[in-house]
Amino acid sequence: MVELSLKARRGSFHLDIECRLAAPWTVVFGPSGAGKSTLLRLIAGLDRLARPDSGHIAIQDQLVSDTITGTHLRPGKREVGLVAQQPALFPHLSVAENAAYGLTDISRQARAQRVSDMLELVGAASLADRSPRALSGGEAQRIALARALAPMPRLLLLDEPLSALDAEARDQILTRLQNWLSERAIQTILVTHDAADALATQAEVVVLREGKLAALGPAAEVLSAEHKRLKARLNIG
Amino acid sequence: MDWQALALTLKLAAITTAILLCIAIPLAAWLALGRSRWRVLAEAVTGLPLVLPPTVLGFYLLVLLGPRTGFGRTINILLGHPLAFSFAGLVVGSVIYSFPFAVQPIVAGFAAIDSSLIDAARLLGAGPVRLIRTVLVPLAGRSLLTAAILSFLHTLGEFGVVLMLGGDIPGATRTLSIVLFNQVEGFDYTAANRTALTLLVFCVLALILVYARPASLNAGWSGNRQNREDRRDG
Repeated sequence: MVELSLKARRGSFHLDIECRLAAPWTVVFGPSGAGKSTLLRLIAGLDRLARPDSGHIAIQDQLVSDTITGTHLRPGKREVGLVAQQPALFPHLSVAENAAYGLTDISRQARAQRVSDMLELVGAASLADRSPRALSGGEAQRIALARALAPMPRLLLLDEPLSALDAEARDQILTRLQNWLSERAIQTILVTHDAADALATQAEVVVLREGKLAALGPAAEVLSAEHKRLKARLNIG
Repeated sequence: MDWQALALTLKLAAITTAILLCIAIPLAAWLALGRSRWRVLAEAVTGLPLVLPPTVLGFYLLVLLGPRTGFGRTINILLGHPLAFSFAGLVVGSVIYSFPFAVQPIVAGFAAIDSSLIDAARLLGAGPVRLIRTVLVPLAGRSLLTAAILSFLHTLGEFGVVLMLGGDIPGATRTLSIVLFNQVEGFDYTAANRTALTLLVFCVLALILVYARPASLNAGWSGNRQNREDRRDG
């Protein structure tokens, strides 16, 4: 469970959110500039200013950031994986070395096995020896996903992570990923500005507008207006 | 040609460069990525040798390392001899004098690295040492080379600090710059010309090395940026 009580000002933008995200798969939906990515970066502890102005963030009942007690765990200590639209692969390391970067406390053999499993999961097993420079956008995003999953985070944050893939490949990977994550009880928060992504899952949906929480609940309920708009656009009854 | 002075000068430049890189890399990482309020002060202090006359720096170091200060006396007790007018003293002076020439290119190199790569490393558990070792240093190779060459050359040609702090002791503190000064003072322009030419050739060759920009260094980082631009276009 992720508990958020955040107030953060970044220039003229205000983020003001208070909620508990308990579902295994939560979709954060909202238009561009609603504060979705800022929210994920605050949870990961990566925001440029790193800390919210006031409030706290708890992951599985552990406070990772709290302005009252001055708690602020550094990103690597939060056990959080983040995959953003921009894959940010280390260009001087091979695909396999990228995937292994977060694996430091396990044996060489276990590391190799984990990397192989992760690359298999994202359908990129054949790319292990390639350089990131030789990858397409979609391939790079898959590797970034494998790299984030390899250390087995307790919370996975996905910021439109497969945007460079076509819809069919994206749905395939997401379905496989959802099963894999639910087997391991890894909670996931997926950011999207595409209502179809949110409606395609049985997820809990958080709607953000101008940095504020506009709605929280099941996708079909919260996004009913979006649902009708999409149906009308596709001329479906 | 005073081969002893040449060897001493090269030794001084090599040791100074090695020490500078060891200090400059972590400091540059802190300056480029840190958010401390002390950063501005550290940057100002780091850049001070750029604007301070070398004789002023040499004078203060001479006083600090001499027997008049507690620090100088402590060093004297620890080493068994004063740092002033010794090779070790020259190394200390050279490290301080060439400090900005090592730090500033590395800060620029680190600051130019895509911040998303640094975020990714941090999120995957990299602490400061691992971040420097596995991401910053490999991706800022060209900046490190520039810093090393500039530090080496700057030490090679230093005069004011060497003269104030080391004097002119053959085999201990007499560098090529001091030899050149002595030759000009003795109106031996033929020898002075040889010494000056040696320093000039060294500097030109080293600068060619800087501007040649080996393609292997930083290729990864710039390649990655190119890749992203390609993806955006495509």
